Amino acid sequence: MSRQLIIHRAGPQVTVQDRGRPGLLGQGLSQGGAADPVALAEGAALLRQPASHAALEMAGMGGSFEMTEDTRIALTGAPMQASIDGQAVVWNASHLLRAGERLEIGAVTRGLYGYLHLGGGVATETVLGARAAHLAAGMGRALRPGDRLPLGDDTRAEVGMTLDPEPRFAGGLVRITRSMQTHLFAAEMLERFQNTAFKRDARGNRMGARLEFEGAPFAASGQLSILSEVIVPGDIQMTGDGTPFVLLPECQTTGGYPRIGTVIPADLPRVVQAGPGVTLRFEVIDLPDAIEVHRRHIATLAKLPATIRPLLRDPAQMQDLLSYQLIGGVISAHDDHL
Amino acid sequence: MPQIDAPTASFPRIAPVGIAGLLVSFADRLSEPANRAALAFRAAIEAEALDGIEEVATSLTSTFVRFDPLHLDHATLSRHLESLLKTQDWTRAELPGGRRHFRIPCVFGTDMAPQFDEAAQVAGLSAQEAIASLTAARPRVLTIGFAPGQPYTGELGPEWDIPRQTALTPRVPEGALVVAIRQLIIFSAPTQTGWRHIGQTAFRCFRPEAEEPFALRPGDEISLRAISPAELERIRAEDQTGQGGADVEVIR
Repeated sequence: MSRQLIIHRAGPQVTVQDRGRPGLLGQGLSQGGAADPVALAEGAALLRQPASHAALEMAGMGGSFEMTEDTRIALTGAPMQASIDGQAVVWNASHLLRAGERLEIGAVTRGLYGYLHLGGGVATETVLGARAAHLAAGMGRALRPGDRLPLGDDTRAEVGMTLDPEPRFAGGLVRITRSMQTHLFAAEMLERFQNTAFKRDARGNRMGARLEFEGAPFAASGQLSILSEVIVPGDIQMTGDGTPFVLLPECQTTGGYPRIGTVIPADLPRVVQAGPGVTLRFEVIDLPDAIEVHRRHIATLAKLPATIRPLLRDPAQMQDLLSYQLIGGVISAHDDHL
Repeated sequence: MPQIDAPTASFPRIAPVGIAGLLVSFADRLSEPANRAALAFRAAIEAEALDGIEEVATSLTSTFVRFDPLHLDHATLSRHLESLLKTQDWTRAELPGGRRHFRIPCVFGTDMAPQFDEAAQVAGLSAQEAIASLTAARPRVLTIGFAPGQPYTGELGPEWDIPRQTALTPRVPEGALVVAIRQLIIFSAPTQTGWRHIGQTAFRCFRPEAEEPFALRPGDEISLRAISPAELERIRAEDQTGQGGADVEVIR
Protein backbone atom coordinates (compact mmCIF):
# COMPACT_ATOMS: atom_id res chain seq x y z
CA MET A 1 0.00 0.00 0.00
CA SER A 2 1.27 3.45 -0.78
CA ARG A 3 2.29 5.93 1.87
CA GLN A 4 -0.51 7.95 3.32
CA LEU A 5 -0.93 11.18 5.20
CA ILE A 6 -3.48 10.86 8.02
CA ILE A 7 -5.35 13.96 9.13
CA HIS A 8 -6.26 13.81 12.82
CA ARG A 9 -7.34 17.41 13.16
CA ALA A 10 -7.60 20.24 10.64
CA GLY A 11 -8.23 23.97 10.75
CA PRO A 12 -11.36 25.22 8.99
CA GLN A 13 -9.70 25.51 5.60
CA VAL A 14 -6.94 23.01 4.95
CA THR A 15 -7.03 22.03 1.28
CA VAL A 16 -4.94 20.24 -1.31
CA GLN A 17 -3.41 22.80 -3.68
CA ASP A 18 -1.13 22.77 -6.68
CA ARG A 19 -0.74 25.22 -9.56
CA GLY A 20 -4.40 24.91 -10.50
CA ARG A 21 -6.06 24.62 -13.89
CA PRO A 22 -4.94 27.30 -16.34
CA GLY A 23 -6.62 27.56 -19.73
CA LEU A 24 -10.29 27.17 -18.77
CA LEU A 25 -11.24 30.84 -18.52
CA GLY A 26 -13.44 30.45 -21.61
CA GLN A 27 -15.32 27.69 -19.77
CA GLY A 28 -15.91 29.93 -16.76
CA LEU A 29 -13.34 28.27 -14.51
CA SER A 30 -10.69 30.42 -12.87
CA GLN A 31 -7.23 28.88 -12.53
CA GLY A 32 -7.38 28.38 -8.77
CA GLY A 33 -4.37 26.68 -7.20
CA ALA A 34 -2.21 27.78 -4.28
CA ALA A 35 -3.12 31.22 -2.97
CA ASP A 36 0.62 31.88 -2.49
CA PRO A 37 2.44 30.32 -5.46
CA VAL A 38 5.80 31.47 -4.07
CA ALA A 39 5.28 29.18 -1.07
CA LEU A 40 4.60 26.30 -3.47
CA ALA A 41 7.90 26.98 -5.27
CA GLU A 42 9.81 27.29 -1.98
CA GLY A 43 8.47 23.95 -0.73
CA ALA A 44 9.40 22.27 -3.99
CA ALA A 45 12.91 23.72 -3.76
CA LEU A 46 13.37 22.53 -0.16
CA LEU A 47 12.39 18.97 -1.11
CA ARG A 48 14.11 19.19 -4.51
CA GLN A 49 10.99 18.05 -6.31
CA PRO A 50 8.90 19.52 -9.13
CA ALA A 51 6.87 22.63 -8.33
CA SER A 52 3.90 20.85 -9.91
CA HIS A 53 3.57 18.57 -6.84
CA ALA A 54 0.48 19.14 -4.70
CA ALA A 55 0.78 20.26 -1.08
CA LEU A 56 -1.56 21.18 1.77
CA GLU A 57 -2.58 24.81 2.08
CA MET A 58 -3.61 25.87 5.58
CA ALA A 59 -5.57 29.11 5.98
CA GLY A 60 -4.82 30.65 9.37
CA MET A 61 -4.70 27.36 11.25
CA GLY A 62 -2.94 24.06 10.59
CA GLY A 63 -3.85 20.71 12.07
CA SER A 64 -2.55 17.44 13.42
CA PHE A 65 -0.93 15.06 10.95
CA GLU A 66 0.67 11.62 10.85
CA MET A 67 2.36 9.51 8.17
CA THR A 68 2.00 5.79 7.67
CA GLU A 69 5.70 5.65 6.67
CA ASP A 70 8.73 7.90 7.15
CA THR A 71 8.19 10.94 4.96
CA ARG A 72 10.09 14.10 4.14
CA ILE A 73 8.15 17.28 4.77
CA ALA A 74 8.73 20.98 4.24
CA LEU A 75 6.95 23.96 5.81
CA THR A 76 6.60 27.25 3.91
CA GLY A 77 4.38 30.29 3.53
CA ALA A 78 2.92 32.08 6.53
CA PRO A 79 4.91 30.91 9.58
CA MET A 80 2.87 28.77 11.99
CA GLN A 81 3.65 27.19 15.33
CA ALA A 82 4.83 23.67 14.46
CA SER A 83 6.14 20.68 16.39
CA ILE A 84 6.89 17.01 15.88
CA ASP A 85 6.03 14.89 18.93
CA GLY A 86 6.11 18.00 21.06
CA GLN A 87 9.42 19.42 19.82
CA ALA A 88 9.30 22.70 17.97
CA VAL A 89 10.42 22.55 14.36
CA VAL A 90 11.73 25.34 12.18
CA TRP A 91 9.52 26.93 9.48
CA ASN A 92 10.91 27.44 5.95
CA ALA A 93 12.76 24.16 6.27
CA SER A 94 12.55 20.47 5.44
CA HIS A 95 12.30 17.75 8.10
CA LEU A 96 11.83 14.01 8.42
CA LEU A 97 8.50 12.94 9.85
CA ARG A 98 8.79 9.32 10.96
CA ALA A 99 5.90 6.91 10.77
CA GLY A 100 3.62 7.34 13.78
CA GLU A 101 5.06 10.69 14.90
CA ARG A 102 2.60 13.51 15.35
CA LEU A 103 3.10 16.74 13.41
CA GLU A 104 1.16 19.53 15.09
CA ILE A 105 0.70 22.80 13.19
CA GLY A 106 -1.03 25.61 15.05
CA ALA A 107 -2.03 29.17 14.26
CA VAL A 108 -0.17 31.55 11.96
CA THR A 109 2.21 33.92 13.66
CA ARG A 110 2.40 36.21 10.59
CA GLY A 111 0.61 36.13 7.23
CA LEU A 112 -2.41 33.96 6.41
CA TYR A 113 -1.58 30.88 4.35
CA GLY A 114 0.92 28.23 5.50
CA TYR A 115 1.92 25.17 3.46
CA LEU A 116 2.82 21.59 4.33
CA HIS A 117 4.73 19.91 1.51
CA LEU A 118 5.29 16.16 1.38
CA GLY A 119 8.06 14.22 -0.31
CA GLY A 120 6.52 12.80 -3.49
CA GLY A 121 3.60 15.21 -3.25
CA VAL A 122 -0.05 14.54 -2.52
CA ALA A 123 -1.21 12.01 -5.10
CA THR A 124 -4.99 12.25 -5.03
CA GLU A 125 -6.90 11.74 -8.29
CA THR A 126 -6.67 14.63 -10.71
CA VAL A 127 -9.83 16.38 -11.87
CA LEU A 128 -9.51 18.48 -15.05
CA GLY A 129 -5.76 18.03 -14.93
CA ALA A 130 -5.05 19.12 -11.36
CA ARG A 131 -5.49 18.10 -7.73
CA ALA A 132 -6.19 21.56 -6.33
CA ALA A 133 -9.43 21.99 -4.43
CA HIS A 134 -11.48 24.75 -6.09
CA LEU A 135 -14.08 25.40 -3.44
CA ALA A 136 -15.94 28.06 -5.41
CA ALA A 137 -16.41 25.59 -8.29
CA GLY A 138 -17.36 22.74 -5.99
CA MET A 139 -14.24 20.71 -6.77
CA GLY A 140 -12.62 19.09 -3.74
CA ARG A 141 -13.30 20.18 -0.17
CA ALA A 142 -11.63 21.25 3.03
CA LEU A 143 -9.91 18.31 4.73
CA ARG A 144 -11.49 16.74 7.82
CA PRO A 145 -10.30 14.54 10.68
CA GLY A 146 -10.03 10.94 9.51
CA ASP A 147 -9.10 11.84 5.92
CA ARG A 148 -6.20 9.90 4.46
CA LEU A 149 -4.33 11.18 1.43
CA PRO A 150 -2.09 9.03 -0.79
CA LEU A 151 1.41 10.33 -1.50
CA GLY A 152 3.54 9.90 -4.61
CA ASP A 153 6.89 8.10 -4.66
CA ASP A 154 9.83 9.94 -3.18
CA THR A 155 13.33 8.76 -4.11
CA ARG A 156 15.22 11.40 -2.14
CA ALA A 157 16.34 11.36 1.50
CA GLU A 158 17.72 14.85 2.07
CA VAL A 159 16.15 16.82 4.93
CA GLY A 160 17.28 19.56 7.30
CA MET A 161 17.48 22.21 4.56
CA THR A 162 16.33 25.78 4.81
CA LEU A 163 15.97 28.92 2.70
CA ASP A 164 15.33 32.61 3.18
CA PRO A 165 11.70 33.20 2.22
CA GLU A 166 10.78 35.88 -0.26
CA PRO A 167 9.59 38.78 1.95
CA ARG A 168 5.79 39.06 1.69
CA PHE A 169 4.27 38.81 5.17
CA ALA A 170 4.51 42.43 6.32
CA GLY A 171 2.34 44.16 3.72
CA GLY A 172 3.97 47.24 2.23
CA LEU A 173 4.04 48.48 -1.33
CA VAL A 174 2.04 46.58 -3.93
CA ARG A 175 2.62 47.47 -7.57
CA ILE A 176 -0.29 47.58 -10.01
CA THR A 177 -0.64 48.21 -13.73
CA ARG A 178 -3.36 50.14 -15.50
CA SER A 179 -6.09 47.92 -16.84
CA MET A 180 -8.83 48.18 -19.43
CA GLN A 181 -11.07 50.18 -17.08
CA THR A 182 -8.55 52.35 -15.24
CA HIS A 183 -9.53 55.26 -17.49
CA LEU A 184 -13.02 55.19 -15.95
CA PHE A 185 -11.49 56.58 -12.75
CA ALA A 186 -10.63 60.26 -12.60
CA ALA A 187 -6.93 61.12 -12.23
CA GLU A 188 -7.51 62.48 -8.69
CA MET A 189 -9.28 59.25 -7.75
CA LEU A 190 -6.34 57.17 -8.93
CA GLU A 191 -3.97 59.50 -7.10
CA ARG A 192 -5.94 59.22 -3.85
CA PHE A 193 -6.03 55.44 -4.26
CA GLN A 194 -2.23 55.43 -4.31
CA ASN A 195 -2.06 57.65 -1.23
CA THR A 196 -4.42 55.53 0.88
CA ALA A 197 -3.39 52.92 3.44
CA PHE A 198 -5.45 49.71 3.17
CA LYS A 199 -5.93 46.81 5.51
CA ARG A 200 -7.22 43.44 4.43
CA ASP A 201 -10.66 42.59 5.76
CA ALA A 202 -10.43 39.41 7.88
CA ARG A 203 -13.40 37.88 5.99
CA GLY A 204 -11.39 37.39 2.80
CA ASN A 205 -11.06 33.99 1.21
CA ARG A 206 -9.48 32.34 -1.81
CA MET A 207 -11.85 34.23 -4.11
CA GLY A 208 -10.84 37.69 -3.06
CA ALA A 209 -9.72 40.12 -0.40
CA ARG A 210 -11.82 43.11 0.58
CA LEU A 211 -9.72 46.12 1.56
CA GLU A 212 -10.68 48.47 4.39
CA PHE A 213 -9.59 52.07 4.46
CA GLU A 214 -10.48 55.48 5.86
CA GLY A 215 -11.87 58.12 3.54
CA ALA A 216 -14.47 58.63 0.86
CA PRO A 217 -15.50 55.70 -1.39
CA PHE A 218 -13.69 55.23 -4.69
CA ALA A 219 -16.03 55.52 -7.66
CA ALA A 220 -15.73 55.27 -11.41
CA SER A 221 -17.81 57.29 -13.80
CA GLY A 222 -20.74 55.27 -15.14
CA GLN A 223 -20.07 52.61 -12.54
CA LEU A 224 -23.46 50.90 -12.83
CA SER A 225 -23.67 50.47 -16.58
CA ILE A 226 -20.46 48.55 -17.31
CA LEU A 227 -20.78 45.42 -19.37
CA SER A 228 -19.58 42.31 -17.55
CA GLU A 229 -16.00 41.64 -18.65
CA VAL A 230 -13.10 39.19 -18.18
CA ILE A 231 -11.44 39.06 -14.76
CA VAL A 232 -7.89 37.96 -13.98
CA PRO A 233 -6.44 37.33 -10.50
CA GLY A 234 -4.96 40.52 -9.13
CA ASP A 235 -7.67 42.71 -10.63
CA ILE A 236 -8.84 45.33 -8.14
CA GLN A 237 -12.57 45.81 -8.61
CA MET A 238 -14.44 48.66 -7.03
CA THR A 239 -17.68 47.28 -5.62
CA GLY A 240 -20.92 49.25 -5.45
CA ASP A 241 -20.09 50.83 -2.10
CA GLY A 242 -16.71 52.08 -3.37
CA THR A 243 -14.59 49.51 -1.55
CA PRO A 244 -11.71 47.85 -3.40
CA PHE A 245 -11.72 44.09 -3.69
CA VAL A 246 -8.59 42.28 -4.92
CA LEU A 247 -9.49 39.16 -6.85
CA LEU A 248 -7.58 36.00 -5.99
CA PRO A 249 -7.07 32.54 -7.60
CA GLU A 250 -10.64 31.27 -7.11
CA CYS A 251 -12.32 34.43 -8.38
CA GLN A 252 -15.23 34.43 -10.78
CA THR A 253 -14.12 34.72 -14.44
CA THR A 254 -16.23 37.74 -15.39
CA GLY A 255 -17.54 40.72 -13.49
CA GLY A 256 -19.35 43.97 -13.99
CA TYR A 257 -17.64 46.14 -11.38
CA PRO A 258 -15.05 48.54 -12.78
CA ARG A 259 -11.41 47.73 -12.13
CA ILE A 260 -8.97 50.42 -11.14
CA GLY A 261 -5.91 48.31 -11.94
CA THR A 262 -4.29 44.88 -11.60
CA VAL A 263 -1.75 43.77 -8.99
CA ILE A 264 1.36 42.39 -10.69
CA PRO A 265 1.92 38.65 -10.09
CA ALA A 266 5.17 39.25 -8.16
CA ASP A 267 3.35 41.36 -5.56
CA LEU A 268 0.08 39.42 -5.32
CA PRO A 269 1.44 37.16 -2.53
CA ARG A 270 1.81 40.33 -0.40
CA VAL A 271 -1.94 40.85 -0.66
CA VAL A 272 -2.69 37.15 -0.13
CA GLN A 273 -0.49 37.04 2.97
CA ALA A 274 -1.56 40.40 4.47
CA GLY A 275 -2.55 39.41 7.99
CA PRO A 276 -4.35 41.43 10.66
CA GLY A 277 -2.95 44.90 11.22
CA VAL A 278 -0.72 44.83 8.16
CA THR A 279 -0.91 47.87 5.88
CA LEU A 280 -0.95 47.72 2.07
CA ARG A 281 -0.30 50.60 -0.30
CA PHE A 282 -0.65 50.59 -4.07
CA GLU A 283 1.56 52.16 -6.69
CA VAL A 284 0.79 52.31 -10.39
CA ILE A 285 3.78 51.38 -12.54
CA ASP A 286 4.15 51.32 -16.30
CA LEU A 287 3.67 48.07 -18.19
CA PRO A 288 7.31 47.74 -19.38
CA ASP A 289 8.54 48.18 -15.79
CA ALA A 290 5.99 45.62 -14.58
CA ILE A 291 7.19 43.12 -17.14
CA GLU A 292 10.80 43.67 -16.08
CA VAL A 293 9.77 43.02 -12.45
CA HIS A 294 7.96 39.89 -13.63
CA ARG A 295 11.05 38.72 -15.48
CA ARG A 296 13.14 39.06 -12.32
CA HIS A 297 10.43 37.37 -10.22
CA ILE A 298 10.31 34.33 -12.50
CA ALA A 299 14.12 34.16 -12.50
CA THR A 300 14.18 34.33 -8.68
CA LEU A 301 11.72 31.45 -8.41
CA ALA A 302 13.74 29.42 -10.91
CA LYS A 303 16.87 29.94 -8.81
CA LEU A 304 15.27 28.90 -5.50
CA PRO A 305 16.68 25.33 -5.56
CA ALA A 306 20.19 26.83 -5.71
CA THR A 307 19.59 28.92 -2.58
CA ILE A 308 18.70 26.20 -0.11
CA ARG A 309 21.30 25.36 2.52
CA PRO A 310 21.62 23.01 5.49
CA LEU A 311 20.00 24.23 8.69
CA LEU A 312 22.82 22.98 10.91
CA ARG A 313 25.55 24.98 9.22
CA ASP A 314 23.69 28.23 9.53
CA PRO A 315 24.90 30.28 12.50
CA ALA A 316 21.56 32.09 12.50
CA GLN A 317 19.92 28.82 13.51
CA MET A 318 22.28 28.16 16.44
CA GLN A 319 19.64 29.35 18.86
CA ASP A 320 17.28 26.66 17.64
CA LEU A 321 20.03 24.11 17.85
CA LEU A 322 20.64 25.05 21.48
CA SER A 323 16.96 24.88 22.32
CA TYR A 324 16.81 21.34 21.01
CA GLN A 325 19.75 20.31 23.16
CA LEU A 326 18.11 21.82 26.20
CA ILE A 327 14.73 20.29 25.55
CA GLY A 328 15.64 17.04 23.91
CA GLY A 329 18.82 16.33 25.84
CA VAL A 330 20.49 14.38 23.09
CA ILE A 331 20.65 16.21 19.80
CA SER A 332 21.54 13.28 17.59
CA ALA A 333 18.26 11.55 18.28
CA HIS A 334 16.31 14.38 16.75
CA ASP A 335 18.57 16.14 14.32
CA ASP A 336 16.43 14.98 11.44
CA HIS A 337 13.84 17.39 12.66
CA LEU A 338 15.96 20.48 12.42
CA MET B 1 4.04 51.16 -31.01
CA PRO B 2 0.28 50.66 -31.24
CA GLN B 3 -1.79 52.54 -28.72
CA ILE B 4 -3.07 50.01 -26.19
CA ASP B 5 -3.82 52.09 -23.13
CA ALA B 6 -5.88 55.18 -23.78
CA PRO B 7 -9.42 54.35 -24.80
CA THR B 8 -10.76 55.54 -28.11
CA ALA B 9 -14.32 56.07 -29.14
CA SER B 10 -14.14 53.48 -31.86
CA PHE B 11 -14.35 49.70 -31.87
CA PRO B 12 -12.74 47.26 -32.05
CA ARG B 13 -10.49 48.39 -29.23
CA ILE B 14 -7.45 46.65 -27.71
CA ALA B 15 -6.64 47.13 -24.02
CA PRO B 16 -4.38 45.43 -21.49
CA VAL B 17 -5.71 43.22 -18.69
CA GLY B 18 -2.97 42.69 -16.11
CA ILE B 19 0.53 42.13 -17.47
CA ALA B 20 -0.34 38.99 -19.43
CA GLY B 21 -3.59 39.75 -21.21
CA LEU B 22 -4.98 41.79 -24.07
CA LEU B 23 -8.70 42.32 -24.49
CA VAL B 24 -10.14 42.96 -27.94
CA SER B 25 -13.55 44.59 -27.45
CA PHE B 26 -16.07 44.86 -30.26
CA ALA B 27 -18.63 46.96 -28.38
CA ASP B 28 -19.38 48.35 -24.95
CA ARG B 29 -22.96 47.11 -25.00
CA LEU B 30 -24.29 43.73 -25.88
CA SER B 31 -25.29 43.18 -29.49
CA GLU B 32 -25.57 40.08 -31.62
CA PRO B 33 -22.94 41.25 -34.15
CA ALA B 34 -20.43 42.11 -31.40
CA ASN B 35 -20.91 38.71 -29.77
CA ARG B 36 -20.55 37.01 -33.15
CA ALA B 37 -17.34 38.97 -33.78
CA ALA B 38 -15.86 37.99 -30.42
CA LEU B 39 -16.52 34.29 -31.02
CA ALA B 40 -15.16 34.32 -34.58
CA PHE B 41 -12.08 36.33 -33.61
CA ARG B 42 -11.35 33.86 -30.82
CA ALA B 43 -11.53 30.96 -33.28
CA ALA B 44 -9.21 32.79 -35.69
CA ILE B 45 -6.57 33.40 -33.00
CA GLU B 46 -6.80 29.80 -31.81
CA ALA B 47 -6.38 28.55 -35.38
CA GLU B 48 -3.14 30.51 -35.75
CA ALA B 49 -1.60 28.97 -32.59
CA LEU B 50 0.86 31.85 -32.25
CA ASP B 51 3.84 31.05 -30.02
CA GLY B 52 3.47 32.60 -26.57
CA ILE B 53 -0.35 32.66 -26.51
CA GLU B 54 -1.58 30.60 -23.56
CA GLU B 55 -5.33 30.82 -23.88
CA VAL B 56 -8.09 32.62 -25.73
CA ALA B 57 -11.53 33.21 -24.24
CA THR B 58 -14.58 35.33 -24.95
CA SER B 59 -16.88 37.44 -22.84
CA LEU B 60 -20.15 38.90 -24.18
CA THR B 61 -18.58 41.25 -26.71
CA SER B 62 -14.81 40.75 -26.36
CA THR B 63 -12.05 38.30 -27.13
CA PHE B 64 -9.44 37.86 -24.41
CA VAL B 65 -5.90 36.68 -25.15
CA ARG B 66 -3.69 35.52 -22.29
CA PHE B 67 -0.03 35.18 -23.18
CA ASP B 68 3.44 34.94 -21.69
CA PRO B 69 4.79 38.51 -21.78
CA LEU B 70 8.34 37.22 -21.38
CA HIS B 71 8.09 35.42 -24.71
CA LEU B 72 5.68 37.59 -26.65
CA ASP B 73 5.72 41.33 -26.07
CA HIS B 74 2.63 43.50 -25.94
CA ALA B 75 3.56 45.61 -28.95
CA THR B 76 4.12 42.60 -31.18
CA LEU B 77 0.92 40.86 -30.13
CA SER B 78 -1.08 44.07 -30.34
CA ARG B 79 0.17 44.77 -33.88
CA HIS B 80 -0.61 41.20 -34.82
CA LEU B 81 -4.16 41.45 -33.46
CA GLU B 82 -4.69 44.75 -35.25
CA SER B 83 -3.70 43.29 -38.58
CA LEU B 84 -5.90 40.24 -37.98
CA LEU B 85 -8.80 42.56 -37.16
CA LYS B 86 -8.41 44.20 -40.57
CA THR B 87 -8.70 40.96 -42.55
CA GLN B 88 -12.50 40.87 -42.44
CA ASP B 89 -15.67 42.36 -40.97
CA TRP B 90 -15.82 40.22 -37.83
CA THR B 91 -19.34 41.37 -36.95
CA ARG B 92 -20.57 39.46 -40.01
CA ALA B 93 -18.49 36.33 -39.46
CA GLU B 94 -19.94 32.84 -39.35
CA LEU B 95 -21.01 31.43 -35.99
CA PRO B 96 -18.85 28.61 -34.57
CA GLY B 97 -19.29 25.19 -36.20
CA GLY B 98 -20.86 22.23 -34.40
CA ARG B 99 -23.48 24.31 -32.65
CA ARG B 100 -26.16 22.41 -30.77
CA HIS B 101 -29.71 23.06 -29.58
CA PHE B 102 -30.54 21.97 -26.01
CA ARG B 103 -34.23 21.64 -25.20
CA ILE B 104 -34.31 21.83 -21.41
CA PRO B 105 -37.28 20.92 -19.16
CA CYS B 106 -38.03 23.72 -16.72
CA VAL B 107 -40.51 24.43 -13.92
CA PHE B 108 -41.71 28.05 -14.16
CA GLY B 109 -42.80 29.64 -10.91
CA THR B 110 -44.13 27.61 -7.92
CA ASP B 111 -42.06 27.29 -4.74
CA MET B 112 -39.19 26.10 -6.93
CA ALA B 113 -38.83 29.49 -8.67
CA PRO B 114 -40.44 32.07 -6.42
CA GLN B 115 -39.75 35.23 -8.46
CA PHE B 116 -41.54 34.19 -11.64
CA ASP B 117 -44.72 36.20 -10.99
CA GLU B 118 -42.77 39.28 -10.03
CA ALA B 119 -40.57 39.06 -13.13
CA ALA B 120 -43.60 38.61 -15.41
CA GLN B 121 -45.19 41.64 -13.83
CA VAL B 122 -42.06 43.77 -14.33
CA ALA B 123 -42.02 42.59 -17.96
CA GLY B 124 -45.67 43.63 -18.29
CA LEU B 125 -46.89 40.08 -19.03
CA SER B 126 -49.46 37.75 -17.49
CA ALA B 127 -48.08 34.49 -16.11
CA GLN B 128 -49.46 32.67 -19.15
CA GLU B 129 -47.94 35.17 -21.59
CA ALA B 130 -44.60 34.99 -19.80
CA ILE B 131 -44.44 31.20 -20.09
CA ALA B 132 -45.51 31.39 -23.74
CA SER B 133 -42.81 33.95 -24.45
CA LEU B 134 -40.07 32.06 -22.59
CA THR B 135 -40.87 28.66 -24.13
CA ALA B 136 -41.07 30.13 -27.64
CA ALA B 137 -37.68 31.81 -27.32
CA ARG B 138 -34.52 30.15 -28.55
CA PRO B 139 -31.71 32.23 -27.03
CA ARG B 140 -28.10 31.59 -27.97
CA VAL B 141 -25.26 30.97 -25.50
CA LEU B 142 -23.44 34.30 -25.77
CA THR B 143 -20.65 33.42 -23.38
CA ILE B 144 -19.72 30.98 -20.65
CA GLY B 145 -18.49 32.72 -17.55
CA PHE B 146 -18.58 33.89 -13.97
CA ALA B 147 -18.77 30.29 -12.74
CA PRO B 148 -17.69 27.06 -14.49
CA GLY B 149 -19.89 26.16 -17.45
CA GLN B 150 -22.40 28.92 -16.70
CA PRO B 151 -24.15 30.22 -19.83
CA TYR B 152 -25.29 33.76 -20.49
CA THR B 153 -27.95 33.39 -23.17
CA GLY B 154 -29.84 35.93 -25.23
CA GLU B 155 -31.28 37.96 -26.37
CA LEU B 156 -34.90 37.68 -25.34
CA GLY B 157 -37.53 40.08 -26.68
CA PRO B 158 -37.48 43.71 -25.54
CA GLU B 159 -40.24 43.03 -22.97
CA TRP B 160 -37.59 41.17 -20.95
CA ASP B 161 -35.30 44.18 -20.71
CA ILE B 162 -35.88 44.22 -16.97
CA PRO B 163 -33.22 45.47 -14.57
CA ARG B 164 -31.40 43.39 -11.98
CA GLN B 165 -32.81 43.79 -8.48
CA THR B 166 -30.97 46.24 -6.28
CA ALA B 167 -31.13 43.78 -3.37
CA LEU B 168 -29.46 40.41 -3.83
CA THR B 169 -31.25 37.09 -3.38
CA PRO B 170 -28.96 35.34 -0.89
CA ARG B 171 -29.02 31.96 -2.59
CA VAL B 172 -30.58 30.37 -5.64
CA PRO B 173 -29.85 26.68 -6.28
CA GLU B 174 -27.88 24.96 -9.04
CA GLY B 175 -29.98 24.69 -12.19
CA ALA B 176 -31.91 27.87 -11.40
CA LEU B 177 -33.12 29.83 -14.43
CA VAL B 178 -32.78 33.56 -13.85
CA VAL B 179 -33.62 36.57 -15.99
CA ALA B 180 -32.54 40.21 -16.42
CA ILE B 181 -31.55 42.60 -19.24
CA ARG B 182 -32.96 40.35 -22.01
CA GLN B 183 -30.75 37.46 -20.91
CA LEU B 184 -31.32 34.08 -19.28
CA ILE B 185 -28.75 32.28 -17.14
CA ILE B 186 -28.87 28.74 -15.84
CA PHE B 187 -26.76 28.77 -12.68
CA SER B 188 -24.00 26.18 -12.50
CA ALA B 189 -23.75 26.35 -8.69
CA PRO B 190 -25.75 27.79 -5.80
CA THR B 191 -25.23 31.55 -6.01
CA GLN B 192 -26.15 34.89 -4.53
CA THR B 193 -27.63 36.99 -7.31
CA GLY B 194 -29.44 40.13 -8.35
CA TRP B 195 -31.16 38.32 -11.23
CA ARG B 196 -34.72 37.08 -10.68
CA HIS B 197 -35.25 33.36 -10.16
CA ILE B 198 -38.06 32.44 -12.57
CA GLY B 199 -37.52 28.78 -13.36
CA GLN B 200 -35.88 25.63 -12.06
CA THR B 201 -34.16 22.98 -14.16
CA ALA B 202 -32.24 19.80 -13.33
CA PHE B 203 -29.65 20.74 -15.96
CA ARG B 204 -26.09 20.71 -14.63
CA CYS B 205 -23.90 23.12 -16.59
CA PHE B 206 -20.71 21.90 -14.90
CA ARG B 207 -20.00 18.19 -14.51
CA PRO B 208 -16.40 17.96 -13.24
CA GLU B 209 -16.28 14.14 -13.32
CA ALA B 210 -17.76 13.76 -16.80
CA GLU B 211 -15.92 13.32 -20.09
CA GLU B 212 -17.34 16.67 -21.18
CA PRO B 213 -17.31 18.70 -17.96
CA PHE B 214 -18.72 21.84 -19.56
CA ALA B 215 -22.14 21.03 -21.02
CA LEU B 216 -22.64 24.14 -23.15
CA ARG B 217 -20.46 26.12 -25.55
CA PRO B 218 -20.81 29.66 -26.86
CA GLY B 219 -22.95 29.53 -29.99
CA ASP B 220 -25.18 26.71 -28.73
CA GLU B 221 -28.88 27.49 -28.44
CA ILE B 222 -31.31 26.60 -25.70
CA SER B 223 -35.06 26.41 -25.46
CA LEU B 224 -37.23 25.62 -22.47
CA ARG B 225 -40.04 23.09 -22.12
CA ALA B 226 -42.51 23.81 -19.31
CA ILE B 227 -42.94 20.90 -16.90
CA SER B 228 -44.55 20.36 -13.50
CA PRO B 229 -42.64 20.18 -10.21
CA ALA B 230 -43.52 16.45 -10.04
CA GLU B 231 -41.92 15.86 -13.42
CA LEU B 232 -38.76 17.71 -12.37
CA GLU B 233 -38.57 15.49 -9.27
CA ARG B 234 -38.92 12.43 -11.47
CA ILE B 235 -36.11 13.65 -13.76
CA ARG B 236 -33.90 14.33 -10.76
CA ALA B 237 -34.55 10.82 -9.43
CA GLU B 238 -33.93 9.06 -12.75
CA ASP B 239 -31.19 11.08 -14.41
CA GLN B 240 -27.66 10.74 -13.09
CA THR B 241 -25.93 12.35 -16.07
CA GLY B 242 -26.70 15.97 -15.27
CA GLN B 243 -28.54 16.38 -18.57
CA GLY B 244 -31.73 17.15 -16.64
CA GLY B 245 -33.96 15.50 -19.24
CA ALA B 246 -32.74 17.77 -22.03
CA ASP B 247 -32.84 16.71 -25.69
CA VAL B 248 -29.87 17.71 -27.81
CA GLU B 249 -29.73 18.14 -31.58
CA VAL B 250 -26.96 19.43 -33.80
CA ILE B 251 -27.84 22.68 -35.58
CA ARG B 252 -27.33 22.41 -39.34
